[in-house]
Amino acid sequence: MTTKPKLCYFRGRGRMESIRWLLAAAGVEFEEEFIETREQYEKLQKEGLLLFGQVPMVEIDGMVLTQTRAILSYLAAKYDSYGKDLKETVRINMYADGTLDLMMMIALAAFKPPEEKEENLTLIVKKAKTRYFPVFEKILNDRGEDFLVGNKFSWADIQLLEVILMVEELDASVLADFPLLKAFEARISNIPTIRKFLQPGSPRKLEAAPR
Amino acid sequence: MAGKPKLHYFNGRGRMESIRWLLASAGVEFEEKFIDTPEDLDKLKNDGHLMFLQVPMVEIDGMKMVQTRAILNYIATKYNLYGKDIKERALIDMYTEGMADLNDMILMLPMCPPDQKEAKIAQIKEKTTNRYLPVFEKVLKSHGQDYLVGNRLSRADIQLVELLYYVEEVDPSLMANFPLLKALKTRVSNLPTVKKFLQPGSQRKPPISEESLEKAKKIFRIQ
Repeated sequence: MTTKPKLCYFRGRGRMESIRWLLAAAGVEFEEEFIETREQYEKLQKEGLLLFGQVPMVEIDGMVLTQTRAILSYLAAKYDSYGKDLKETVRINMYADGTLDLMMMIALAAFKPPEEKEENLTLIVKKAKTRYFPVFEKILNDRGEDFLVGNKFSWADIQLLEVILMVEELDASVLADFPLLKAFEARISNIPTIRKFLQPGSPRKLEAAPR
Repeated sequence: MAGKPKLHYFNGRGRMESIRWLLASAGVEFEEKFIDTPEDLDKLKNDGHLMFLQVPMVEIDGMKMVQTRAILNYIATKYNLYGKDIKERALIDMYTEGMADLNDMILMLPMCPPDQKEAKIAQIKEKTTNRYLPVFEKVLKSHGQDYLVGNRLSRADIQLVELLYYVEEVDPSLMANFPLLKALKTRVSNLPTVKKFLQPGSQRKPPISEESLEKAKKIFRIQ
């Protein structure tokens, strides 16, 4: 009998959200322990569960994993979302890393002083429209397939949907010039596990993580 | 027949150095095309060779690979330096992600404004001694083996030894209380491929000079 994975983080998106998405998309139920006080965090650090004293932390398969990308790679491989060979895996990595860069910009924007925030968010939307989304639109166009890699749903597709939704929260019209991404968004959102995750009451978080 | 991998970056360590270390340690010969001017970088971008308009970029096996981690993952897998299964890989990833965090702090130090530099160095020393090196010393102590994961050489050992060289450059005394790390550094440095890479005249890059830094800022259009 396997126990559910247990996620340990603040009650918010932050660096844990991509992990929640990946588990949810794979149809894996998980538990969450929310860090709500400084004392709780210090206790975790003292217990020696956090390898470098940091979260995210995920208890899974008898391991205590930290470091976001280590966790994501493990889950992607475990749930068969990491490509069928090395060439597919590297493409998935490139695409996922690109989306993670953009998501990190959005996550960090939350901590900027109010007078800088708006300018920062405008810049992020601009980067999305000029640096990131054109790349994925082109991939979908060139390959003419439903998914980014290998004609099969992978971790890269989950990351792309996640970042599209995050940028749409900043600017609802951001996909106006990206018809294939718009179709992609609809298609991936309709995958049953993802549709479930997008519904209210799911583990999906709507706020940035508290500082 | 595949040609040698070709690395596109400026003539300095930056984010490409870990890739150079890994290729060299795996005994893979590679070429480098240095970006010397802003126009060189523009050309790469305009020719559509940089997926997200960024370097590092490595031409390898018919692909133009970008994103440092994606490149390192590819090389490590291809040359059998990534553990024997996904659990070993998860451990290797955890360790190397921690190393990357410390490496980034050291990497970004030259970009630090002069009035903040001393505080930054103090922070690096503190994190090195209290957060990062103890973890790796403990891993080695816990299993008593020669390498961090799976009792054989992996990218984790190579990336750690690279990092230890940088730690020594910041302050040699930082290694004082970590005998197992010192032993790992010696052991890995003595592997024939690594020994060769550590010799003068190899493709290993030195710490960035003032002149190189100014040049890099121009290329990447950083104030």
